[in-house]
Amino acid sequence: MFTNYIFYFLSALALYSGVMVLLSKKPIHSVLYLTLTFFAIGGHYILLNAQFLAIVHIIVYAGAIMVLFLFTVMLLNLNKEERSPKPIWVKALAIIAGVMLGLVLIGVFRGYDLHLVQHPMETQIGLVKELGRILYRDYMLPFEVSSILFLTAMVGAVLLGKKEQI
Amino acid sequence: MNAVNSIPISYYLMFCSMLFSIGVIGVLIKRNALMILMSIELMINSINLLLAAFSAYSNDPAGQIFVFFIMVVAAAEVAIGLAIIVLIYKTTHSIDIDVLNKLKW
Repeated sequence: MFTNYIFYFLSALALYSGVMVLLSKKPIHSVLYLTLTFFAIGGHYILLNAQFLAIVHIIVYAGAIMVLFLFTVMLLNLNKEERSPKPIWVKALAIIAGVMLGLVLIGVFRGYDLHLVQHPMETQIGLVKELGRILYRDYMLPFEVSSILFLTAMVGAVLLGKKEQI
Repeated sequence: MNAVNSIPISYYLMFCSMLFSIGVIGVLIKRNALMILMSIELMINSINLLLAAFSAYSNDPAGQIFVFFIMVVAAAEVAIGLAIIVLIYKTTHSIDIDVLNKLKW
């Protein structure tokens, strides 16, 4: 019962701050609300007993990606309102389309249940020990390839950020 | 304390659908390239949570490994995307996406 309340609280927090990301006038407020959303989703991971993912999520998103966003907002001095927001009818149409998409998805998924042969009583798969063993045994090649991807991204970011013309 | 025993999977499906729709609305209504990137992050996060939820409910660790790889790709994507936004700002002194219409016609 207690778990349900935590679930509702985290979901409401994530949805509220997700909406506030869009409603905030200044980009820096949006970034801070997005950080709040990420923390709420991290709480969801803990609730699912996916502790490894929770820690990685907090480190990568709240630690690295949000700092990058904040640096960009402050570096470019973008903290002012949009100069020419889209016309109101475009916004209205976009909101109607997005709400329709959400309603259709909710209507499809309402009442869906996963029919499993045996329902897990206490899952241990999200712990670091289990995931590490699987990651380094079964998914060794993708793990190494992702390191090459990171190297490529780093080289690309440095190349794009260079001062002189390419 | 474990959500698997007390919360049906459809709750996670509905919550992630709502979060995904918020991201879609953000991509559609915003003109600032930075805000669009943030909305994309919101969508990626809802999908990640859903993958982790299905992985936990069906007791299969492959889903959580996949979430890990998605996070890797998302981090690389944000680094490159922000570098491109800085470059756009340097050349046009604006990050409105409507300025970037050179390839439109």
